Amino acid sequence: MKRLVTIAVGTAILLSSSLMAGQTLRILTWKGYAPKALVDKFEKQTGIKVELTYSNNEEMIAKLRATRGGGFDLAQPSQDRISSVQAKFKIYQPMDYSKIKTSEFIPSMLAAVKKNTKVKGSSYAVPFAYGTSGLIVNKKLAPYAKDYSDLLNPMYKGKISYRLKRPTLIAMAFAKGDNPFAKYSDAKAYKKLMDGVKADLIKGKPLVKNYWANGDALLSMMRSGEVVVAMGWDGGGWKLHKENPNIDFVAPASGALGWIDTFAIPAKSKNVKAAYKWINFIMKPANAALFTNESGYGTASNGATALLSPEKKANFQRSFSKADIDNIKWYPPVPAKLEKIEGKILDLIKSE
Amino acid sequence: MNRHIKLGFFIFFVPVILWLFLLIVLPQIDLLLMSLKFENDAGKMVWSFANYSSFFTQKVYWLTFARTAIYAIIVTFLTFVVTFPMAFYITKVVNPKYKGFLTILILMPFWVSELVRVYGWMILLRESGVINYFLLKLGITHQPIEMLYNDASMIMGLVYTSMLFMLVPILSSLDGMDDSYIEAAHDLGASKFIIFMKIVIPYAAPGIVSGSIVVFMLTLGDYLTPNLMGGKNSLWFTEQIYNQFIESFNWNQGAAFGFLLLLISSLIIWIGLKISKQNLAKALS
Repeated sequence: MKRLVTIAVGTAILLSSSLMAGQTLRILTWKGYAPKALVDKFEKQTGIKVELTYSNNEEMIAKLRATRGGGFDLAQPSQDRISSVQAKFKIYQPMDYSKIKTSEFIPSMLAAVKKNTKVKGSSYAVPFAYGTSGLIVNKKLAPYAKDYSDLLNPMYKGKISYRLKRPTLIAMAFAKGDNPFAKYSDAKAYKKLMDGVKADLIKGKPLVKNYWANGDALLSMMRSGEVVVAMGWDGGGWKLHKENPNIDFVAPASGALGWIDTFAIPAKSKNVKAAYKWINFIMKPANAALFTNESGYGTASNGATALLSPEKKANFQRSFSKADIDNIKWYPPVPAKLEKIEGKILDLIKSE
Repeated sequence: MNRHIKLGFFIFFVPVILWLFLLIVLPQIDLLLMSLKFENDAGKMVWSFANYSSFFTQKVYWLTFARTAIYAIIVTFLTFVVTFPMAFYITKVVNPKYKGFLTILILMPFWVSELVRVYGWMILLRESGVINYFLLKLGITHQPIEMLYNDASMIMGLVYTSMLFMLVPILSSLDGMDDSYIEAAHDLGASKFIIFMKIVIPYAAPGIVSGSIVVFMLTLGDYLTPNLMGGKNSLWFTEQIYNQFIESFNWNQGAAFGFLLLLISSLIIWIGLKISKQNLAKALS
């Protein structure tokens, strides 16, 4: 029996020590935000092992909330989803801007993110990537699709797809000629606006093929021509354009929705040093350009623009006229309580 | 000696207790407390049954639950209809030599994960999928047909996913049945239908009941198949729980839904057992 105890204790020690060995950096991020080439380069340079977990805004918040900011060393939420979440759940720690080479960032974007993520005097994030949501259109099969309202157009019956998430609600509100961002602070008016959007989306339900949940699934439906008008991200649309020139990203007439994804450090990060190292590493112009050339999303790195492939620049010029750029609706920080309203609306649409 | 037995007991018992307590009981208590808290208009958390009452007062919630439960019952019944002949064939009709082989054939698809199997079905059924390709090639249709994203394809996917859990208990209960019962009934002039209803079904009843309970609970708690194959109209109750936690940030409501799912599904099973006059302990033994 004594031997058994020794074995049990021995395994316990072995297990715990193997967990401690080696430095790791656990990043909670989006698919495509840490290209393999860059991860390999970083691991080689620093000897720190990178572990990636792919997620989205809502799941990131839920994961960090469940552990009160533990389990990950670095996270990449969108800039509009930080301040109210931080005020309520305290899942991040203030960003120490002295540890970051701030000269590598596009100054206006850094300033905007600092301002939007400020809670009680400290800011919580630096920008990493930006892009827009708009329409991905098969121009051969749907030549007239120009705005979000075409997602409700009977002409494309059965060949429409969008996500059943908050960006779609916001987009539909803009398509109605309203401004949901202006109503952010007034929960009652916002609810009324969303009720109108709900009615539209329920009416348009017979026209939708399905509500896509995963970007790859959407791309494959666009490729096969099963879907001709969809709401999606610019990077995805441009990826398809490369394979099939008929498909492209279109900035909608009522304005593409602009998002900025950031770096934020969870409250219980175990390797803050490595987190800053990763931020400084990936924002170097050469690395940031590699990210943009591979994923198609814009980078917040100041020097990277000159290093982008001509194809990426052409993408942007093709989809965005000067007026379209001025018309991009950048997400302001989401105040608390709106999530509950939107969640209910989304449930009602899906159950109808 | 006695001390050694106690030590051994301790070593093996503690992990079980820790496992049960830390990973199951404790989180459940936490969830229960969470489900009883409600954020009032002032933003303060107060003790309240509001999360539970909202399930009954808001149509969308209980309708979704009713829909999910009805579909789960349909799926359970269909799974029984599909698997019972298979089980009967394997245990009673086919040469016993092939019994193991046939069982393995049925088990095989379940060695890959549910996600992969669902995607397999999606590749077959989608508008640009395998079945449509052949239909077009053979000239049976001229336009591809969308076979995914409706209730029928969702039910089919759910039946397929849960077949194994019905088949195995029925197999084992039929396996123990003596063929001479059927022969005797036959010699005494009973029709095939009577033999089936009066001898085969009652004998297999414990297997059918335990299979049905497992399939019902699995279907009710499934998230993947309804979401991927059901498409736009398939709000499943589990998805609603997920939405409360993830989209609405309303963990209290989500926790209440979780407990309601547990309670109401237990109630449905209890009613099912009462109606079929079966006994839970016997079915699971």
